[in-house]
Amino acid sequence: MEHRKKSTSEGIYKLFIYVALITLAVTIIVPVAWVFMASIKQNSEFYGNPWALPMGVHLQNFADAWNKARMGEYMLNSVLVTALALILLLVIALPAAYALSRFQFRGRKILNVAFMAGLFINVNYIVVPIFLMLVDGDTWLRQIFGTGLLLNNVVVLAVVYASTALPFTIYLLSGYFATLPHDFEEAAYIDGAGYGVTMVKVIFPMAQPSIITVILFNFLSFWNEYIIAMTLLSDPKGAKTLPVGLMQLTQAQQAATEYGQLYAGLVLVMLPTLILYICVQKKLTQGMTLGGLKG
Amino acid sequence: MKKRSGRSRFLFLCVAPAVVLFTVFMIIPTLNVFRMSLFKRSAYSPTEDFVGLDNFTRLLQDANFIRSMQNTILLIVVVTVITFAFALIFAAILTREKIKGQNFFRVIFYIPNILSVVVISAIFSAIYDTNNGTLNSLLSFLSGKTVAILWKGEGMVMVSLIIAMVWQAIGYYMVMYMASMASIPQSLYESASLDGAGRITQFFQLTLPLIWTNIRTTLTFFIISTINMAFLFVKAMTSGGPNGASEVALSYMYKQAYTNSSYGYGMAIGALVFLFSFGLSALVNAVTKRETLEF
Repeated sequence: MEHRKKSTSEGIYKLFIYVALITLAVTIIVPVAWVFMASIKQNSEFYGNPWALPMGVHLQNFADAWNKARMGEYMLNSVLVTALALILLLVIALPAAYALSRFQFRGRKILNVAFMAGLFINVNYIVVPIFLMLVDGDTWLRQIFGTGLLLNNVVVLAVVYASTALPFTIYLLSGYFATLPHDFEEAAYIDGAGYGVTMVKVIFPMAQPSIITVILFNFLSFWNEYIIAMTLLSDPKGAKTLPVGLMQLTQAQQAATEYGQLYAGLVLVMLPTLILYICVQKKLTQGMTLGGLKG
Repeated sequence: MKKRSGRSRFLFLCVAPAVVLFTVFMIIPTLNVFRMSLFKRSAYSPTEDFVGLDNFTRLLQDANFIRSMQNTILLIVVVTVITFAFALIFAAILTREKIKGQNFFRVIFYIPNILSVVVISAIFSAIYDTNNGTLNSLLSFLSGKTVAILWKGEGMVMVSLIIAMVWQAIGYYMVMYMASMASIPQSLYESASLDGAGRITQFFQLTLPLIWTNIRTTLTFFIISTINMAFLFVKAMTSGGPNGASEVALSYMYKQAYTNSSYGYGMAIGALVFLFSFGLSALVNAVTKRETLEF
């Protein structure tokens, strides 16, 4: 009797848990799936019941978003900025993290403290000073060369992305480098390898897992970022990244009501991150607890 | 001997690029936030006039700024409390219970965290749309009469923001808590249930105290990231409207500094919010201090 009572309350508890889990899962899956569904609807379908299934596969939305709404061009910019920023970041952060975590030298301590403090500086606070610095830089360049090239420049945007990601990346990589035993370097030095060769050929290959974590996190943050991109690429006719172009489309959409293009654009932004996430989800959620910090 | 001199050159080459970029794009802009908050600078006259604490005294009398701070504090408190509760409960369920499809739920719950805020804002704008939105049509279906709630109207806009922000954040914090909960040894729970402690007692007496350090860290994250995420959401979803009803501190800063070109005034807001977030984090950190439990 006692036992049966316990197992029914256990059953109710289990049921409650599953209901809670499934409810949360549904509230996440349905809106995302809805966007995919809406991206193949015709414009007239948006004025009816929002839950209605699409009447056909209207792929014209993607073509329109790609050409008319310039999403193709923005996508290319996003790919370029993200790739360039990632390469710059790795080339700069890897040696710095290595030197700061495995060598004793004067000034090391203060540099470590400075980069740690950098973890607390959020780019949203400093985006306007960065913008003004580039404005002043452009004014100066215009006086000398007759043309400014710092604003509305995707390369400068990539440099800013890489620079503002330095504290987190150095923090994460240093943490990993510090755990490696010093025997590796000593063996390499005895074999006659120099500092640079040892670092590139011996240490970096061992750091592969944390390098992958760094790439994953920064890919997501660079790809999705829009405040800096919007501020530094301010020319309305000039280059834009995908999220900025999309934001313009959402604001234009209220007037022009090109729903189909908007949802197709959303799919274009989401799809790369979703595909990457499905492939590496385990690594990402593990890496997060390893680094344990994100804006 | 040759190696000795090579060492410092090697270290210099490793560290210098990172230090230069970090200084130019993070340290100088941060110092500039504080410096510029004491000056007056506008778009068409790039000269700066020293005004002392004038910007700050004007701020304290600015009703729009006070409202934006109230909204920020509201979001910090409400979003933190709701997200914290949900994230803890779901983390406990997914680590403590034997659930079918555990990995599936973990993967799904984390998805909002990898999406751009622009995408999430567009999704929620479609959900909140008064006439063709999915939420109103769902409510109409459930209640049997036509529901036309103005989700982005003055009365509901903060609620709408809170829902979107909680939706975005739950998965991230859940994964953080899951990692620290998974490291609690199973044997502790076994002896607790032998002593007759039920699930709820175990949760409050065992799980919470043992992950307390992790909880304290995440509370700091909550404060800092809610201030930033509120800006990203407001910028993409409401632009602070209608009539400033959803303006938050950093969106007001951006509006003053970038859109309005009152750079000094904007930076005074930035400096104040920066100090506010530090002060609040320190306060929360002091209040939640407990003796660390080891297992």
